[in-house]
Amino acid sequence: MDNNMIEIRWHGRGGQGAKTASLLLADAAFNTGKYIQGFPEYGPERMGAPLTAYNRISDTPITIHSNIYEPDYVVVVDDTLLEVVDVTAGLKETGAILINTTKSPEYLKNVLKGYKGDIYTIDARKISMEALGKYFPNTPMLAAIVKVSKIMSDEDLLKDMVGSFKHKFAKKPEVIDGNMKALELALKEVKKI
Amino acid sequence: MSIRERLSGNEAAATAMKQINPDVVAAYPITPSTEIPQYFSTFVANGSVDSDFVAVESEHSAMSACIGAEAAGARAMTATSANGLSLMWEMIYIASSLRLPIVLSLVNRAVSGPLNIHNDHSDAMGVRDSGWIMLFSENNQEAYDNTLMAHRIAEHKDVRLPLMICQDGFITSHSIENIELVEDEKVKEFVGEYHPEHYLLNEKEPISVGPLDVQSYLFEHKAQQAEAMRNAKKVILEVAKDFEKMTGRKYGFFEEYKLEDAEVAIVCMNSTAGTTKFVVDNLREKGIKAGLLKLRVFRPFPAEEIANALGHLKAVAILDKADSLNAVGGALFQDVTSAMYVSKKQVPAVNYVYGIGGRDTKADDIEKVYEDLLDIVKSGKVENPYRYFGLRKEEK
Repeated sequence: MDNNMIEIRWHGRGGQGAKTASLLLADAAFNTGKYIQGFPEYGPERMGAPLTAYNRISDTPITIHSNIYEPDYVVVVDDTLLEVVDVTAGLKETGAILINTTKSPEYLKNVLKGYKGDIYTIDARKISMEALGKYFPNTPMLAAIVKVSKIMSDEDLLKDMVGSFKHKFAKKPEVIDGNMKALELALKEVKKI
Repeated sequence: MSIRERLSGNEAAATAMKQINPDVVAAYPITPSTEIPQYFSTFVANGSVDSDFVAVESEHSAMSACIGAEAAGARAMTATSANGLSLMWEMIYIASSLRLPIVLSLVNRAVSGPLNIHNDHSDAMGVRDSGWIMLFSENNQEAYDNTLMAHRIAEHKDVRLPLMICQDGFITSHSIENIELVEDEKVKEFVGEYHPEHYLLNEKEPISVGPLDVQSYLFEHKAQQAEAMRNAKKVILEVAKDFEKMTGRKYGFFEEYKLEDAEVAIVCMNSTAGTTKFVVDNLREKGIKAGLLKLRVFRPFPAEEIANALGHLKAVAILDKADSLNAVGGALFQDVTSAMYVSKKQVPAVNYVYGIGGRDTKADDIEKVYEDLLDIVKSGKVENPYRYFGLRKEEK
């Protein structure tokens, strides 16, 4: 892989917004001047089924069009997938995995079968309930992966996302503040175990 | 100044259609091209185009409505995939025989059955002899650029043939990537207005379109279609030259990527070419003289030009994302190898059928093809020219 290219794989369940989060991340990186790809792997999609989405982010044009097999980072939006999907498959040990979970470090280390890279966790449910009053894990997960991967600074992310949310939620501006709060909380609360 | 954007392949195609602002768009939704008429109908509803959008009840009707509109003297566009194209099939031939320059965005998907919504080129390959000009696109940028060039080629008085722009379903149609857009006014000026020479709504020249064509005429009309397809080659290059003046982006019949000094090369179309470029770069760093010929213009088929571009190689692999099920090899393989035979270019050639039904095409798969080519160069033998990659082996 190109030295400057970052590859990210998202694991979620249909309906949780993993695809949307990957597209939002692509958007945010694009706005900082990067070359980006954001694409889901479409299967027989239905609510609750395991879903994979991908991001490539690079300083130079991206030509490769395959799925990602050796990601730098993996994001797990739903921790019930940990026992169902081999989430660390191909994940670089120089990289990291970010999991939306409240499970113990012991459980996570065990279920990740000795993955030697960094493991980060975040309680996206708590953040989402606090900021939005509903469970939308994608916004906190977006902020958390930006923090973990250092794709851009916290300030750049927040500045960019205000604009994105204003556009995305043009018809329901009341949720913009909540989403911004979810980002801010997530930037603070993501932690390495 | 071009506009830096990020769009999916479907968004790119729909954006081009918006800027072209055709008189009529008639379409019926089918995955993975559904978003194109979906976005376009939004443009119609918002008033950002003044096209008539005809929400038909089938793809057969979509193509029929485009034929009616073009015959009347209007500029018509549509989009479809796989079985949608299959249902258009009868009208696909009528569109080209009536010399109606309809433009179709074909988001490539496997033709059933069994049912599969994912990418391969079986839909496009099924209409390769239907008299349509066929352009293939590596990514969203090329899907967009090819669409902007489409009407200038199709409507040219020496051509007057329908044209389809292909891109890979999901792989590019649903992937968000960077793209450079052209400003609306520039597109409008580049595409120009459509003034057909003969059309049904011309009260000064009553004509009939598509009447009975008996033994004494059809052959001549088919020969004229064939001539138009040959003429299209010149026009495609002229339009590409003008497009380059406007955007700086250069297009020909095909792109030669590190091909000039290559010893082994791959010939392929659409998104696989991008993955192949990535592999070529890696192999070049290891000192392997690998190259790529990415075919853009599949119909008309630039036979002589391809033969000349490949003639110096020590071995070549032609990749087909559709199997022709003929016990010989894929359509692109047969076209390329027959072109080389006629031009007396003797290069050992192998065919790989791959990526069927959305089977992911990995960089490793492509690298293995180059390794196979190097083996062929070493041994001087092609054991079996009709091969697969990405196919699961039967477990013993």
